[in-house]
Amino acid sequence: MPDSPLLQLKGIDKSFPGCRANEGIDLDIQAGEIHALLGENGAGKSTLVKIIYGVLRPDHGDLWWQGKPLRVASPAAARRVGIGMVFQHFSLFDAMTVLENIALALPAQDIGALRDNIDATAASYGLALDLDRDVYELSMGERQRIEIVRSLLQNPQLLILDEPTSVLTPQETDMLFTTLRALADEGRAVLYISHKLEEVRRLCDRATILRDGRRVADCIPAEETAQSLAEKMIGRRIEQPIGKAPRQPGQPGLRVLELRTGSDTPHGISLSDMSFTINEGEILGIAGIAGNGQTELMSALTGETGPPSSGSIEIMGAPANQLGPIARRKLGAAFVPEERVGHAAVGDMTLVENSFLTTLDDPAFCKHGVIKWPAVRAFSDQITHDFDVRTTGVDALASSLSGGNLQKFIVGREMLQSPGVLVVSQPTWGVDAGAAADIHRAIRSLAEAGSAILIISQDLDEILALCDRVAVISQGTLSRVQPIHDVTPEQIGLLMGIRHDSIANEASRATT
Amino acid sequence: MLRLEPRASHSVLAAWLSPLVALVMTVITGTVIFIAMGKDPAATLYIYFLQPLVSASGLSEVAVKAGPLVLIATGLSFGFRAGVWNIGAEGQYILGAIVGGGLAVFFHDSTNALLLPSMLALGIVGGMIWAAIPALLKTRFNANEILVSLMLVYIAELLLVYLVHGPWRNPQGWGFPGTRTFPDAAVLPVFFAQHRLHWGLILALATPFLAWFLVAKTRFGFRVRLFGSAPLAARHAGVRSTRMIWMTLLIGGGLAGLAGVIEASGTIGQLMPNISPGYGFTAIIVAFLGRLHPLGILLAGVVIAVTYIGGENAQIVAGLPKAVTGLFQGVILFYLLAFDLVTRYRLVFRRERGPEHA
Repeated sequence: MPDSPLLQLKGIDKSFPGCRANEGIDLDIQAGEIHALLGENGAGKSTLVKIIYGVLRPDHGDLWWQGKPLRVASPAAARRVGIGMVFQHFSLFDAMTVLENIALALPAQDIGALRDNIDATAASYGLALDLDRDVYELSMGERQRIEIVRSLLQNPQLLILDEPTSVLTPQETDMLFTTLRALADEGRAVLYISHKLEEVRRLCDRATILRDGRRVADCIPAEETAQSLAEKMIGRRIEQPIGKAPRQPGQPGLRVLELRTGSDTPHGISLSDMSFTINEGEILGIAGIAGNGQTELMSALTGETGPPSSGSIEIMGAPANQLGPIARRKLGAAFVPEERVGHAAVGDMTLVENSFLTTLDDPAFCKHGVIKWPAVRAFSDQITHDFDVRTTGVDALASSLSGGNLQKFIVGREMLQSPGVLVVSQPTWGVDAGAAADIHRAIRSLAEAGSAILIISQDLDEILALCDRVAVISQGTLSRVQPIHDVTPEQIGLLMGIRHDSIANEASRATT
Repeated sequence: MLRLEPRASHSVLAAWLSPLVALVMTVITGTVIFIAMGKDPAATLYIYFLQPLVSASGLSEVAVKAGPLVLIATGLSFGFRAGVWNIGAEGQYILGAIVGGGLAVFFHDSTNALLLPSMLALGIVGGMIWAAIPALLKTRFNANEILVSLMLVYIAELLLVYLVHGPWRNPQGWGFPGTRTFPDAAVLPVFFAQHRLHWGLILALATPFLAWFLVAKTRFGFRVRLFGSAPLAARHAGVRSTRMIWMTLLIGGGLAGLAGVIEASGTIGQLMPNISPGYGFTAIIVAFLGRLHPLGILLAGVVIAVTYIGGENAQIVAGLPKAVTGLFQGVILFYLLAFDLVTRYRLVFRRERGPEHA
């Protein structure tokens, strides 16, 4: 039956305790197309994909494969049918070679033949891989290629990719797209899950949009704008962020000079010779791929992991090297770490308690060690009001809030303390488009009020939209800081793959 | 297949009801056990659970037993909230009795009014010293506090045995192990001449309220809760883990030591080998039965004390073995944990389908 779709889903329902993740979803994927699955966090994308890949079973509804009913009981069964999947988080062993990692996932076979087989597959799709390197040495893009090659060796008719470009440089993204195009041209189908709308517009033939567990629209991405796609996803209009107003930078708010830290984990990153200054009223963006020292930089700045090995950190003109988080906040700094639950906030504490988390040394909230809960409660009311946090009340547990609302709460908590320096890591990671726009507006107005702001983000679009100046972090080193108008996204992308210090050039020649 | 699925929302009512349900289930289980042992279940359950509560002497004994349990469990609750697992309260209790009671042994003919307060203070210090050992080893060498505090229990027990058999033995004691009886100035006064209930009760009643204030209203209590439920967030809030480990262990040790010296001074009046029927371990049950909440601990301490007294009564009146007391405490804890689980998770029966091909 040449006319039946490769994969067809009819009326898929799936419920979890307290939520209907999928409700009557229909979807068809044709051979030879790249099909985007769009939706905000919690829209039901992951659930639907897990059903296709046999990780979950639907409560109701049918799957059809080339016109025949399909039951996938497990991922292994899905792979036998011809469905392959590359997850957002890789399942690779760091201490093993590329070849070993691939061999592990396949039925036992002659290793020499496998090597030839991999080389042939990799070459025909432009996936360069050095089979004898250990995985921990590889970039995220190279690791992803292992996963893709591993899937391709099983000759899938349908390849599912979950947020594949979130860890890639722009150049690596281009290479991935070339590969996916080649796969589609051969008549294979690709199901592409992403929230990067420009990429979807560039790559995908069709898109299915989910919202609150239902299919709300089908469209051809090339005929849409990123704005119109986003509005379909969230179901309402998005206000455009206000434009960048030229500002007169003031005194240095945060100054970091030749910062070095050691790393105490085996594959951790140590920072070397990082220097930058952020003046009051200015937003500096640090771009880079995950795992290049962002976490280490953040904890060096908050003071959570003790003083740096060498170099200096100054907050509002005062040396802060030896200070812990509380003392740094007293100097006027505020921090929003990347992890919302468990780091920036505590899931099983109420919003009132969470608003005390970073204000516990403020005499307005605590005198002689006794907490003034009414004052703290008033503060959390103010946060939820001023930052439009959707919640049943300030006595709700932090874990009951959606990611976007909790992030608004955390950002609000820090901003209402009127910090002179604000350091934010991943301000809108996993946050829906509406909340992201709110957070961006708030960051911008704080800068206009004269705060020095550092944004550490993997989202290049976010950095380009918000920041005055930009630097790139790579392997624990920082590139030169440049005005945002002087660089293109491609130039930033190139900086993401190389070291930026004196011993760098040799090392980068060896690894690229 | 049987699976556990987390419930979407937990009900506060269910959280408070589950100890009651656990108690009811314990009674039902008790009925079954007594029938199996050939006893009249109604009469035996009456002896066990109600008789201690219907006479003045019974109530006095319950309060005497509940006092140390509540004191120790309240102290332990700080550590347990912070994720610091002090299992050695029994040892800290014994050290409190030794250090505080030692003062009475040395000044056995004193009439100084300062003797008793000094003993209580030294009791706290003794417990703290014993708890400082796991604190030091944990913060310096990351030694597991569960093992260290537990092993120190046996050292404390042997130290007590050595002292009461050796250097501190009562010269007029006809060779029985035990110190001189404490002078009047070293004994906590009783409320009523005919009952053992003494002034230690006031401390045991006041401590949970003080602890509640600390946990709910102070920054220190907030830090303890923060440190236990989200260590990274605690670090973000500037909480120093070394300080938390020290503070929670010292509070636990101090209150256990206080319980020890109160027991020696108020209830027993001397030091002897068996100054504890395992209070330090039973207090762990009390702490969890009371959900680590100071006022819950007060209630739980009374419940467990009733099973102690009821068990003694049952031995005397109904001829039940002593082991039944421990059995009951175990059954209560078992049901409590089980109902706790089902308030947070639900059991789901699901048939697993085998792998199928398309």
